[in-house]
Amino acid sequence: MNYQDWLRADRLPHIYCAGCGNGTVINCTLNAVNQMGWAPEDTVFVSGIGCSSRAPGYIITDSLHTTHGRAIPFATGVKLSRPDLHVVVFTGDGDLAAIGGNHFIHGCRRNIDLTVVCMNNYIYGMTGGQGSPCTPLGAVTTTTPYGCHEPPFDLASLAVAAGANYVSRWTSYHVQELTRAVKTGLETPGFSLIEAVVQCPTGYGRKNKLREAQDMIVWMRDHAVLLKKWRRMDDEGTPHPAGTFPVGEFVRRNLPAAGVPK
Amino acid sequence: MTRLEFMQGNTACAEGAIAAGCRFYGGYPITPSTEIAEHMARKMPKIGGVFVQMEDELASIASVIGASWTGARAMTATSGPGFSLMMENIGYAVMTETPCVIVDVQRGGPSTGQPTRASQGDMMQCRFGSHGDMSIIAVSPASVQEMYELTAKAFNLADRYRVPAFVMADEIIAHMRERIEVPDSVEIVPRRPLEKGTLPFAPGEDDVPGFPAFGHGYGVHVTGLTHDDRGYPSSTDPRVHERLVRRLVGKVEGANREIADYEVTNPDAEVVFISYGAPSRSVAQAIRDLDDERVGHLRLKVVWPFPDFALAAFKSARVFLVPELNLGQMAREAARHTAVPVVPVSEIGGELHTPQRLIAMAEGYL
Repeated sequence: MNYQDWLRADRLPHIYCAGCGNGTVINCTLNAVNQMGWAPEDTVFVSGIGCSSRAPGYIITDSLHTTHGRAIPFATGVKLSRPDLHVVVFTGDGDLAAIGGNHFIHGCRRNIDLTVVCMNNYIYGMTGGQGSPCTPLGAVTTTTPYGCHEPPFDLASLAVAAGANYVSRWTSYHVQELTRAVKTGLETPGFSLIEAVVQCPTGYGRKNKLREAQDMIVWMRDHAVLLKKWRRMDDEGTPHPAGTFPVGEFVRRNLPAAGVPK
Repeated sequence: MTRLEFMQGNTACAEGAIAAGCRFYGGYPITPSTEIAEHMARKMPKIGGVFVQMEDELASIASVIGASWTGARAMTATSGPGFSLMMENIGYAVMTETPCVIVDVQRGGPSTGQPTRASQGDMMQCRFGSHGDMSIIAVSPASVQEMYELTAKAFNLADRYRVPAFVMADEIIAHMRERIEVPDSVEIVPRRPLEKGTLPFAPGEDDVPGFPAFGHGYGVHVTGLTHDDRGYPSSTDPRVHERLVRRLVGKVEGANREIADYEVTNPDAEVVFISYGAPSRSVAQAIRDLDDERVGHLRLKVVWPFPDFALAAFKSARVFLVPELNLGQMAREAARHTAVPVVPVSEIGGELHTPQRLIAMAEGYL
């Protein structure tokens, strides 16, 4: 199969805005799934609510588009009941970290054998660009009109602390790295989080001087720092330049996991 | 062959579920339902089933719905506050036609209320608690024996109509211990699979589509959004929404007579008690003590859909008395369906109606 064979052709075109980064993440994920050689009838996609969570509707497998924030417990039920099925979760930063925060940390703690792909666009896209738990300090959104004054979650570090077996962060600029990370997540037993920072020119960029999709992709390229370098700077006591963030593999380990086929 | 056992109501509920083929339990501890989870935790691993203690009630019902989509018979149990938390996902189960069983061992509310005292205060929440128009099925056991039997029945009703089915128990029934007859096996009406080549949410003959379980090559998309017969979101077309929601309500309400399960005592009575759950026991005692054919009893084992036609069985009725552990939730429902006066007989705070009180009330109307 080609990764495009996983798309539900009769549902296209999709509903994403022009320039949205979610399509890139879906393509990377389907490429990785395809490389696994999995059969579509053995693969299940689960999602919550939001732009990210519309993704399973465009994929030919069995899929659950559930309630806001609850994708992980729905997926937990599927996986524990049928450990032989491959279960992939699509979510967004609002879905995963705000309303779904409790399920997120407990999914990691339980280390349930899921691969969670989080499209982090720093914002609630589908409701029209409100601030999320991942909105950077100072960023302007419809609910932070004077600049966000709450510090954001670091989803990748949170997942590591909560007990996930595999955690990686890339962006929609890093297509090859992102695809490899999803594949590693699919191969790793236990909970995998792949955080994909994506551009949302409509909801986020427009208000933050990154009006064009390309502006945000260039911004991500210029502000993403490889984790090795990031940690070396930490060791040297060198401050990280404003707006930069680390990308790479945060953890790969083999803690006891749930829902792994015997 | 049956075997006799002395069992607690909550244990009987769990055993009835297991006998009915329940193999997935996702739950969160809450008094007075916790013994159901504890019993499932002991039993499930021994019979190849899954027990998982989720992080909260929202996750519990979510995991049950996820498990159900793999074709498993799946259940959770909770009490008032946890039941409230489940409401959004219960609506999801209705919209996606996911069979599942939810046990609510009712305690005194509102809010945290009385964790260890009995109530029937969630009867309307079960029926109308989630947003939007919908219809569900609910049973209400009046004995430990019925905790076993009606829990098993709830699984069959859930699968038959692809709808969440509720066991609306109360703390009295859940925590009492009684002699029960445990049968060798219970009737199991399996979920009808979707015929290949048909659409997963098309109405079919009786408005209940076959079930396209995950992992069988159906490639079904399940969404809580308004969807067409293919399961694809179609949330702005009024005709699609109306057709779907009318079918979801109609498939349950239209089968009311088929689903109904009730007992009639003294159909020629002039004064008629309507009851369900624990108060049924006080009514039964009152009827025995009175020994007067002018006093009758309609005992509901299935409470939703409400069997409105059952009221007509009492052609000479002058008054319906409805003893409930709430301020008249089902009494109001009964009143919607009859011109005969309906009088709520409320008892809240955790005490059951005494037979003496019910006898005095009945005598007052004779």
